[in-house]
Amino acid sequence: MARKNRPTAEIPNGSMADIAFLLLIFFLVTTTIANDKGIAMLLPPKPDPNQPPPEVTKNDRNIFKILANSQDKLLVEDEPLSDVFELREMVRSFILNFGSPGEEGVEIYNSLPSSMKAYSSSIRRSDYSDDPTEAVVSFKADRGTSYELYVQVLDQVNAAYNDVYGERVGLSAAEFLQLDRDDPVQDKKYQAARQGIPRAISIAEPNKIAN
Amino acid sequence: MPKFGKKSNTSQDIPTAALPDIIFMLLFFFMVTTVLRETDILVKQKLPKAAQLSKLERKSLVSYIYIGEPKQSKIFGKEPKIQVNDVFVEVDEIIQFVNQEKDKLNEAERDQITMSLKVDVESKMGIVSDVQQELREANARKILYSSVQSIDI
Repeated sequence: MARKNRPTAEIPNGSMADIAFLLLIFFLVTTTIANDKGIAMLLPPKPDPNQPPPEVTKNDRNIFKILANSQDKLLVEDEPLSDVFELREMVRSFILNFGSPGEEGVEIYNSLPSSMKAYSSSIRRSDYSDDPTEAVVSFKADRGTSYELYVQVLDQVNAAYNDVYGERVGLSAAEFLQLDRDDPVQDKKYQAARQGIPRAISIAEPNKIAN
Repeated sequence: MPKFGKKSNTSQDIPTAALPDIIFMLLFFFMVTTVLRETDILVKQKLPKAAQLSKLERKSLVSYIYIGEPKQSKIFGKEPKIQVNDVFVEVDEIIQFVNQEKDKLNEAERDQITMSLKVDVESKMGIVSDVQQELREANARKILYSSVQSIDI
């Protein structure tokens, strides 16, 4: 048998990779990685129709009032505020005021790192909270308030709380948020940071009629 | 001179036969790991920016409510609407939706249902608070204002 120079019998598969690449790029472009991040909130339980709404017995100075109207203007502690980003510092000083701390408040104060004690003694305002256990941040938005502002305010208030929690265990607010509660070491830190200071954010129901 | 004309028996090609396999492997990886969007979103979705975000722990417990101006504003008007699954709903239908979603879960997990509110930035608080009132009524109290991470200041 004479050897002939026959062409190979293979199917050319060099372009197979190109086809697969095309598919790969298609999937890469079309799929969106779901971003499931956001500001978590717990709504209050539904009101019991048989019981009258609870009376507010808190002292006025223990409530930090934020109001937003339909023109997206803010009224914070009865004073207008133009820059929403100032809220973070205001809320922080409100929480850490220790105006006239109760028994629990003194305990918390003693557990704070020295930098926070110094910060706290530099505030001491009579119109801010007695101690962190008493402090409540109340936020009331109008029906016409934009959702963007609403989220910004909530973000700022949460940031202030996270600042406080983080600083107690020597972390920044961002680092505090990153704590993984499935890890016992980090969970312990988380518990230590949260201990005694509730994240008391009260969202009031907006008025039924927009003004 | 004849040395140049000599044909060698070894092939000079780099074997590329395994290349498609490698690419296919990558392809399958991406196909499996990416979640395709289950619903067509009929409303505008520009989420607000926030810095203090927390992650959702268990995706199976999450249901989504979309609020925003309809994309097809010629048909549905410019007022923000509420969308669940694939359809627009009125405010009073939300309880029913929540109960449907709760039925999909185990009995022990029903109270842990989390509602992720994906609300367009241009919406007003009125519609959002109406939805919240309904969620309170339906006893789905864990909510999440879905937002995009902004750079921390």
